[in-house]
Amino acid sequence: MSSNNHHNQETDVLIETQGYDDHFHEHHHGDKYQMNFLTTYIFSQDHKIIARQFLITGIFWAIIGAAMSLVFRIQLGYPDADISWLKPILGKWVIVNDAGIGSLDPEFYYALVTIHGTIIVFFVLTAGLSGTFSNLLIPLQVGARDMASPFLNMLSYWFFFLSSVIMFYSLFLSTGPFAGGWTAYPPLSALPQASQGSGAGMTLWLISLVLFVVSVLLGGINYITTIINLRTRGMTLWRMPLTIWAFLFTAILGLLSFPVLASGFFLLLFDRSLGTSFYLSDIFINGKMVDVIGGSPILFQHLFWFLGHPEVYIIILPAMGLVSEVMAVHSRKPIFGYRAMIYSMLAIGFLSFIVWAHHMFMSGLNPFISNFFVAFTLMIAIPSAIKVFNWISTLYGGNIRMNTPMMFSIGFVSMFISGGLTGIFLGNSAIDIQQHDTYFVVAHFHIVMGVAAFFGMFAGVYNWFPKMFGRYMNETMGKIHFWGTIIGAYAVFGPMHYLGLAGVPRRYYRFDSFDAFSGFTDMNRFITIAAILTFFVQLVFVVNFFWSIFKGRKVTTQNPWGSNSLEWTTPIKPGHGNWPGKIPTVTRWAYDYGKDGVEFTPQHIPLKEGEKDSSH
Amino acid sequence: MTGLIIILSIIILFVVIIQISKINDITNAIRGEEATEVRNANSNGIYFLIFGTIFLVACIVSAIYYSDYLLGFGPNQPASEHGHRVDNAFKITLFFTSIVFFLTHIALFWFAYKYRYKPGKKALFLPHDNKLEVIWTAVPALVMTILVVQGLVTWNKVMADISEGEDHLEIEATGWQFAWNLRYPGADGKLGVKDFRLIRPGENELGQDWHDDRNHDDFNADELVLPKGKKIRVRITARDVLHNFYLPHFRVKMDAVPGIPTYFILTPDKTTEEYRQELRKYPEWNLPSDPNDPKSDPKWKTFNFELACAELCGKGHYSMRRLVKVVTPEEFDQWNKSQKSFYLSNIRNTDADPYVGLPIKAEVFSKAEALKTSLTKAMEMGSTEEMRTISLDNIYFESGSSKLSPESESALSILKEAFDKNPKLKVDISGHSDNTGDHSANVSLSLDRANAVKEYLTSRGIDTGRMSSFGVGPDKPIASNETPAGRAKNRRIEFKILSF
Repeated sequence: MSSNNHHNQETDVLIETQGYDDHFHEHHHGDKYQMNFLTTYIFSQDHKIIARQFLITGIFWAIIGAAMSLVFRIQLGYPDADISWLKPILGKWVIVNDAGIGSLDPEFYYALVTIHGTIIVFFVLTAGLSGTFSNLLIPLQVGARDMASPFLNMLSYWFFFLSSVIMFYSLFLSTGPFAGGWTAYPPLSALPQASQGSGAGMTLWLISLVLFVVSVLLGGINYITTIINLRTRGMTLWRMPLTIWAFLFTAILGLLSFPVLASGFFLLLFDRSLGTSFYLSDIFINGKMVDVIGGSPILFQHLFWFLGHPEVYIIILPAMGLVSEVMAVHSRKPIFGYRAMIYSMLAIGFLSFIVWAHHMFMSGLNPFISNFFVAFTLMIAIPSAIKVFNWISTLYGGNIRMNTPMMFSIGFVSMFISGGLTGIFLGNSAIDIQQHDTYFVVAHFHIVMGVAAFFGMFAGVYNWFPKMFGRYMNETMGKIHFWGTIIGAYAVFGPMHYLGLAGVPRRYYRFDSFDAFSGFTDMNRFITIAAILTFFVQLVFVVNFFWSIFKGRKVTTQNPWGSNSLEWTTPIKPGHGNWPGKIPTVTRWAYDYGKDGVEFTPQHIPLKEGEKDSSH
Repeated sequence: MTGLIIILSIIILFVVIIQISKINDITNAIRGEEATEVRNANSNGIYFLIFGTIFLVACIVSAIYYSDYLLGFGPNQPASEHGHRVDNAFKITLFFTSIVFFLTHIALFWFAYKYRYKPGKKALFLPHDNKLEVIWTAVPALVMTILVVQGLVTWNKVMADISEGEDHLEIEATGWQFAWNLRYPGADGKLGVKDFRLIRPGENELGQDWHDDRNHDDFNADELVLPKGKKIRVRITARDVLHNFYLPHFRVKMDAVPGIPTYFILTPDKTTEEYRQELRKYPEWNLPSDPNDPKSDPKWKTFNFELACAELCGKGHYSMRRLVKVVTPEEFDQWNKSQKSFYLSNIRNTDADPYVGLPIKAEVFSKAEALKTSLTKAMEMGSTEEMRTISLDNIYFESGSSKLSPESESALSILKEAFDKNPKLKVDISGHSDNTGDHSANVSLSLDRANAVKEYLTSRGIDTGRMSSFGVGPDKPIASNETPAGRAKNRRIEFKILSF
């Protein structure tokens, strides 16, 4: 039952009688907050608007990143095809030979691959995922008026915006954007002589990402402070929805690891511009010696991956939180093992800091060190497995509403199983000797990040769209989007496992230089076609999203999904301060679905006589 | 025009989707929420079941279909000893993870179907079950422990460096944009020292330090030739950016880092020929190697191992190829001996040579062979005086004196041997010098040196009457005295064969 008209009045009454009165509206009556168009919609300090800004910017970058992947997939599937039709868009990067056949400049192929990775990992899956949902849900679900510092929150979006502008600008440089892989290893990324993109393109890339780090840190401090300090009365940590726990751990991870990335980038900037040699030694390139010694490229890898590994958990934890929440609501069951889920996230978060060198097994590290990283990496599989079992158990005995957010959550679990299991191969260094830098790795991380995390994001968007825009997204288009994507994603990334196991290396412009790698034309074509089709299916989502903002079916009830969490106790279009009067207070956890025969019992409903709080 | 049609088709397709969606909305509104929910759950529940089944079946079928292309399966056996261990680590992991993959997916899709929405059904209030949590913590922990232990045992064995005194062949691979340089140690079995500050393009690509005589016999190869059954330590370096030394068939992979030499150790356990014979057993390897020419050699016959780069190094990353050939130890020895060292071919006695005019160990063997050949040639084919005159360039004296250096030993014994074998051999031994210093002093020193050679031979039983000695001084130079190399050439002992 998704319509809860009768709860509308009950909710308002309850909040009025039992809510917490912080005299918010008396204070803010007549303040300068949101006085004009600029401060209301552009430089807004309202977390809900900032969330939408993150989301829309994230969608923008996702389209660009996906379009880039189509160009390089065309190169990989059809290396000899004539792509002169792309010349109007790509300009000098399509080289047309005497026979009129246009082909992609290898330098630009590598730029596309690099920027694709960079913008999707950072701009879409970090900013677009945790930026959107942390901002939207934290104050609403913990029962706060807004973030602890709305001003810093506003800055966190605008630093992201500035970072985006710089990265976008770098795409149009005549020497090309940075082309050394999103991992940006020096010396390739330090020496303009080594690659065109390592000139101005790299400088802008670094500046863009340093600004991005600022955005993440500003956001992260806010999220943590708000969760710790601004929970409403009764909202103990153990009563928070799992989304909030996920955002909390994510923010802590980000706060501790992103500065290390920034430091790695600063040292790289110094090597590039100030003649230092943190990463450089014994280099002879383009007929000349680079006259510095003593540096180590491996140092950069440590600094990069010290963020790089927690980063992938920063990406997946919010998705996990969203999925847990969506699954519980739409199965009409508590999430199975609430505390185990929290402890697993804690374990994953902690362990994520001590596994980074599994990205470096073949980098020249002393093999002895790898022993520790293998042990901890395979350890992470344990809390991850617990979560998968808990999600599956959440479905057990449920009454599952097959709507789009729920289906994406189920799809998420499938993707996380598939992608997570291949991580177990790669985390074992002996196996990594062969699999490192092959398509097996590409398959692994795309399935966990490029698909699973996106599925979590989609589940979140479809589920909380009513909260963001007061309208529903279209369900039919949503289902077309889901089925097209789950089939398409497996069609694109499934075969890549075989390519990797056949030994085909990643980051190759073409495969026909080698007998060993050139026998997979058909498979590469299949992947390319699947990728193109899956891309078009994503456009169904984009059309649905923007259309529904203006023309979607209007939400007419306060709590359309029959959910227990506090965000559904605000008016349908919550204004500044979220609740018009007092803030609801809380006496129970967020997962009383089906308890004592009652289909759902929102958190703000007081415990009945003799009823015990079930969060344990 | 085609473009326009494609774009229009896509737009039409989207319009169709939007219209279908709108119609669906209307139909659902008419049907009512409850009925819609039921229909929805039934359809998508079934779809999950269908999808799940097709998905899992496709995984199995595709794995079987592609298995002969995967390294470690079918014909793609490893060509190295450690490769088998690496492949086994993979297979053990595959065993455990496949079980989990299938069980969890079956549960996921079955539950999605079975517990789909039904009107009036009450969901189970099952918030947690601690016993289950313990079980599914303990079992994964156990499996992970097995995987960690077997993985690390393998890893530590494979990555262990050569122990002190262990017999092995050390070769060096240097990656640069965009090719591999392969350096072999030559007869002494040792690679010489190199320094990037000594790199001179075209003359010294690696920056080898010619002061280090271990460099003198090092040679470069266009193909990586490896002896079967021998432990090989590949010393891996890079000259400009990161590269990675990747031998897929051997399960070898290691980054090449500028500034930090890395290594990988392998023992090839099949020759290229033997590997080809194994491939021959598989039908896909009997197809013609040129798809356009049915008469071309079958693929197994043209198969070769390859070296590739596996770390993004710039725009040519995908093209850094070298052929790899594994041969029998005998074939390798022969090949090894017949290679010409870079130093001896290009540097020796040029201005870049720090040992110009001085003896070097590397030459001892080759020069000895060369002297034997030129002696024989002079005797048998020398029709003119010039042709019967040999410059003995591996007879060395201490600087400024007529005392023979110990490095002259091999040349002198070859001369003695020539005398012993040819009882009628008679020669003129003449000493020559460069033009530095006093003329008469030079003449006198060159005579003393010629006499030193004569005395060496007489002291070993050669009749003195068979040799006449002369001191010519600087009067008959064979090279320009302007350069040190030229002067070194002029300082020589000459043998002129009179009769034999």
